[in-house]
Amino acid sequence: MFKKDITPGAKSKVKSSVQRAIRTKITETYPLLAPHIDEIIPKKSQLDSLKLPDRVTLYALDSHPLFYQHMDDPITPHLRTVHQFPAAFPRIRIDRGAIRFVLSGATLMAPGLTSAGGRLPSGTNATTDKDDGEEEGEEEKRYGGRDLEEGEVVVVEAEGKEEACMIGQLRVGTREIKEKKKGVVIDAGHYLGDGLWRIELD
Amino acid sequence: MASEIGATDAASSEPQARHVIYCGVCSLPPEYCEFGGTAKKCKDWLEKNHPDLHEKLYSEEAVAATLSTLSLEAQKRAAKDSQKKEAKAAAAEAKAAETKAQAQILIKRVERNKRKYVTAVSGLEAHGMDLKKVAKEWGKKFATGSSVTKTASGGEEVVVQGDNSDEIFDWVVDVAGVPEANVDCIEDKKKKGA
Ligand SMILES: [Zn+2]
Repeated sequence: MFKKDITPGAKSKVKSSVQRAIRTKITETYPLLAPHIDEIIPKKSQLDSLKLPDRVTLYALDSHPLFYQHMDDPITPHLRTVHQFPAAFPRIRIDRGAIRFVLSGATLMAPGLTSAGGRLPSGTNATTDKDDGEEEGEEEKRYGGRDLEEGEVVVVEAEGKEEACMIGQLRVGTREIKEKKKGVVIDAGHYLGDGLWRIELD
Repeated sequence: MASEIGATDAASSEPQARHVIYCGVCSLPPEYCEFGGTAKKCKDWLEKNHPDLHEKLYSEEAVAATLSTLSLEAQKRAAKDSQKKEAKAAAAEAKAAETKAQAQILIKRVERNKRKYVTAVSGLEAHGMDLKKVAKEWGKKFATGSSVTKTASGGEEVVVQGDNSDEIFDWVVDVAGVPEANVDCIEDKKKKGA
């Protein structure tokens, strides 16, 4: 969605009532982010909204992009926001071989996730905050037990890397990815180095 | 480093946001620099600015560990790909350096009325200057009106009130570091009675 360089459109101040609604929308979409919402968008701060191409709205604070939203799709964090609070979002992982394709704006395909280096939620429905299974590995926790649904926003991490490289909406649920092992997974994500990553708001 | 003990009230809890270092060359987290076209420059930047992280990412063990996860075939393809990217980036850089070396800055003294002048300066952008910032700085420096104006040819130039050609020439050469050969001063006199 942001393959090209972006020149942001007019900037306008977000009304305080709208800003409250945005905060609520964010914490509803990402419940694990709720404890941090005051740190990300302080109560007395002034959010700006900017029109980007393709009917995307960007929300920024002091010229730092925080979240964006494409039409009625879920509000989605900018990757820098993800890097600040990575554990607040559902995550999957691609193998090392898929990284360079993702970073050049390619569609994310299932094999990059179902190969040995990829990770998907286990699907055992184990909730991540119950830790009766002490043996549950670090990775198991990281990628969770709940299968993710089509349409959910998911953070894409990469084998051997600490930081996430992409975020976007799943085109298929993770159970189907595991079953079919092929097809499109995310086709219009925001990735490291894309136009949204490099956008300058000053 | 300063002590962690907060002198302020304890009501506001510690910020929880992780602080991630981003590459000063390509802007990505340094662990992803290898996928861009500026890998060598990135590595040098990291070594200079964050030696510990440089050690972690580029030590022999780290490099061996990442390579072992790829098949030989995939390694070859990835290496070829990054070579291509680097060559592309180098070519683009060489081209940019060449255009910059040839780009001429024109300082033009324009007579507005009798003994009233403005100084119009064009070509600054080719030397990587932000016209708005330059206009602001000159306005302050010369205590005069200074603004970015569209030219007839569709470009932009900085127009400063008064005859400041000499001072601007000095600024461009001394402060901005543009070679003298790339700066021209000319005079645009109005014909009398025009
Ligand atoms: Zn870099």
